[in-house]
Amino acid sequence: MNPDARAALRPWRARSAVMVATAWCALAVGGAVHGTPQETIATAARKVVKIHGAGGVRGLEAYQTGILVSAQGHILTVMSTVLDADEIDCVLDDGRRYRGTVVGVDPSRELALLQIDGEELPAFALEATEPVAVGTRVLALSNLFGVAIGDERVSAQHGVVAALVPLDARRGAYEVPYRGNVYLLDCTTSNPGAPGGALVDFSGRLVGLLGKELRAAETGVWLNYAVPTGELAASYAAIRSGTAAMAAPVPAAQTAGFDPATLGVVLVPDLLDRTPPFIETILPDSPAARAGLRPDDLVIAVGGMTVASRAAVQRALATIAAGDPVRLSVVRSGAIFECDLGPRPEPRRNR
Amino acid sequence: MPRFAPPAVPSCGRPHCSFALAAVLAAGAWPAAAEEVSPAVLAAEQRRIETIRRASETAVAIFAGEAGGGSGVLVSPDGYALTNFHVVQPAGIAMQCGLADGRLYDAVLVGLDPTGDVALVKLLGRDDFPWAELADSDEVQVGDFCFAAGNPFLLATDLKPSISAGIVSGVRRYQFPAGTILEYTDCLQVDAAINPGNSGGGLFDAQGRVIGVNGRASFEKRGRVNVGVGYAISANQLRHFLGMLRGGRLVDHATLGATVATSADGLVVVSDILESSDAWKRGLRYDDEIVALAGRPVRTVNAFKNVLGTLPAGWRVPLIYRRGGRREEILVRLAGVHTAAELARIVAGQPRDQPDKQQRPAPGDGPPGRTPPGEPSAGDDRDRALPAAVKPLYEQRRGYANHHFNVVERDRVARLLAGEGQRAAAGGRWTFSGRLATGEAFRIELSDNEGSIDLPTGTTRVDATGELDANPSPPGSGGMLAALLVWRRLLREGPAAVGRTGYWGTAPLDPAAWRDGPNPPLGDVLESAVAGVEAFVTIDGTGAVRHVELWTSPENDPCEIRFGPPADDLPRGVPTSLEVRHGNTLFGIFRIERASVSDRADTLETPRDGVRADGDRGPPGGGG
Repeated sequence: MNPDARAALRPWRARSAVMVATAWCALAVGGAVHGTPQETIATAARKVVKIHGAGGVRGLEAYQTGILVSAQGHILTVMSTVLDADEIDCVLDDGRRYRGTVVGVDPSRELALLQIDGEELPAFALEATEPVAVGTRVLALSNLFGVAIGDERVSAQHGVVAALVPLDARRGAYEVPYRGNVYLLDCTTSNPGAPGGALVDFSGRLVGLLGKELRAAETGVWLNYAVPTGELAASYAAIRSGTAAMAAPVPAAQTAGFDPATLGVVLVPDLLDRTPPFIETILPDSPAARAGLRPDDLVIAVGGMTVASRAAVQRALATIAAGDPVRLSVVRSGAIFECDLGPRPEPRRNR
Repeated sequence: MPRFAPPAVPSCGRPHCSFALAAVLAAGAWPAAAEEVSPAVLAAEQRRIETIRRASETAVAIFAGEAGGGSGVLVSPDGYALTNFHVVQPAGIAMQCGLADGRLYDAVLVGLDPTGDVALVKLLGRDDFPWAELADSDEVQVGDFCFAAGNPFLLATDLKPSISAGIVSGVRRYQFPAGTILEYTDCLQVDAAINPGNSGGGLFDAQGRVIGVNGRASFEKRGRVNVGVGYAISANQLRHFLGMLRGGRLVDHATLGATVATSADGLVVVSDILESSDAWKRGLRYDDEIVALAGRPVRTVNAFKNVLGTLPAGWRVPLIYRRGGRREEILVRLAGVHTAAELARIVAGQPRDQPDKQQRPAPGDGPPGRTPPGEPSAGDDRDRALPAAVKPLYEQRRGYANHHFNVVERDRVARLLAGEGQRAAAGGRWTFSGRLATGEAFRIELSDNEGSIDLPTGTTRVDATGELDANPSPPGSGGMLAALLVWRRLLREGPAAVGRTGYWGTAPLDPAAWRDGPNPPLGDVLESAVAGVEAFVTIDGTGAVRHVELWTSPENDPCEIRFGPPADDLPRGVPTSLEVRHGNTLFGIFRIERASVSDRADTLETPRDGVRADGDRGPPGGGG
């Protein structure tokens, strides 16, 4: 950071320091302007729904969170595999249990709208409001780790809006379609089950919706972020009018594959329908060479998942996020060897 | 806005911030900014700083040598500190504990609760340790300010704790056990950072009171660091077990002897029940709907497990159930989750089920390869001789973490019993007479040789010099005379002289108190094995016996005697009434109108030693 920039930031930092000090004390004194934080949480939590659906295998949780956005039981949540279930179980704050149906999805923002058969339910107002200022203190309410069951209240975390920036993220090796603004938060909201949770300010007003678990495209850091209420309102309107799906871009596409040569592995040419994934060459001074891989080794698993063809090896490697460890299992002279190749290198980005 | 725009990514790295703050301070901007803040806010901040300073003094940094370490919190001026079982388990009997004053103290293991992941240790060398009060954790609300003081990542090389602040994220959370131990029931969930090494440290409220003991966190794909989800054992659960832990016991949690499940219509119903369980004997059956347990409503299976998990084995708690629209209330004695041998194996660290990978405790496991200060890197701790300061404070005995402290507590209760109030009843022959609730007269006589009772149905006698188990007299009482004889001996001779008498812990003084809430007042309990019978004697804070239960055999229901309050016109220590129950039936309510404690040699002033020298028989089993 150059000295000018640092000087420009100084007043902001001073202010935020005072702001944070003030905020902590407000919490201790019990919030003068609005209700207490405890009351704000209790009121907002009545509009938050614990959603149980498909999953529970291969690291995919079978639960997430949603927010009530109409008194008639419309629930906004994130689009995910949890909703790929015949029965989507929606549990309200008081333990009432409803079956939810998917009204529609907004693939561009990866949001989904459910409905339950309820009446006069407490709901958040979805208004296309101005974004809240950076530094605003917020509360995140979510079904993180699925710890709240039945009539147990969702979890509450506190934090500060740290930035309002365009989202540039990926899930595994897949880039996410939404590139609009999100609030970055200084608290860890990126937890299993938390997506679809409510972000509210200390008066209980909806600020945003906790997004899916994503990592920053550039750094691989897990992002704690929320989609602003304005985007939610637009999404809600689009889904209800039936235009959301049409406006969708091409579904999140795989990045242009991943070349195993980056790891130093050159596989035999892919000539058959299911070419056996033999290693043709190992590049010198490469992770593969250091891991002890040799030509003529037959790759049978990537990261513990079996691969039956050369194409499958390619696909499996492409789903490993950059920075995550790569482990290949190979057969050599009738014995199986496991080789750790270290972290997967950055993909070649073509943007 | 653009002028003050923050960086695109919140990269508030510490060196940066401190640099910026230093610059601001140097430029004099800070006081100017501070003036804009209302005095009330500044005052609140000062209070918070003071609260954290006081709490920091009570934080204990526990070092377990190569095995890691963790945190603890002092809860009494004489050095008792709470921590986690999983923190002290690798440390063994003796450990070194650091306080914020920068000093290291020798400490000794006192009590263990592996199921609840709690341990009690005692720091040595002072009787004026700074300590924190246990709060009523049922009052804690989601959104409350809280902070943790502890030793995350074993950073406290200067022995000063790290503070992490946050809010209470959830209350009454349930976290599954690892096998049968380390079960977190009814726990507090916080977004204050709980990291490895914070385990065992205090979770404090805005007043600096302990609302819980931090113990575990939800971890998943981010590695073993905090993700905004930590859990603390609630202060109210800790309070239930604290007496037993102070008594050096290896304590166990409770089971009802029945399992529950959610029925098709969403009710919590009994899905299985052991016919040997006390719940069955009291009348609970399959498909009964559980309405409330231990004074708390039960609407979900989780809620049932939450309530049960906070209760010690051996307590009697009220259970309300519904059958066919009829509501019934029973008092159920809770059994243990483990056998004594199982607990001993767990404490010895023998193999057990692997903890759940995703919800494992944040154990006392510092980063490998670090040796904390003051901890000699010795080989096997268990082989090492105990430090001189600790040696006299440790006594190994089966079923105890440290039997030395059982004797300490038993002697404390003995002094309580021998207080002014009780000495008056030291005479040799005790005679009570009065009327039953039915209006008929009764008379009870107790002496060293004999116990007898005159009832409208006849007179019954028990030889007080022999075994008491053969004759549960009077018939139908389950052993009322035996219970009174044991009570009399405890008062006259003192607990140390009566068979094998130890300190059991604390238990609710009165089952009726559960109706006022889930945290009834507790009293000390002595357990006596004498003359073939076993007795539990509950004593309140004034030294008055409130309750005696006596078993003539483990299979039978005990005789229970509930003691009424004392009265001015009766000898001290003598209650105004005895309510006697056996099993599900009330044997009788005895209203004592006249009582005398008389003997040729005994006078009110005769010290107990004098009484014994005067020819009283020693206890058959010798001192315990």
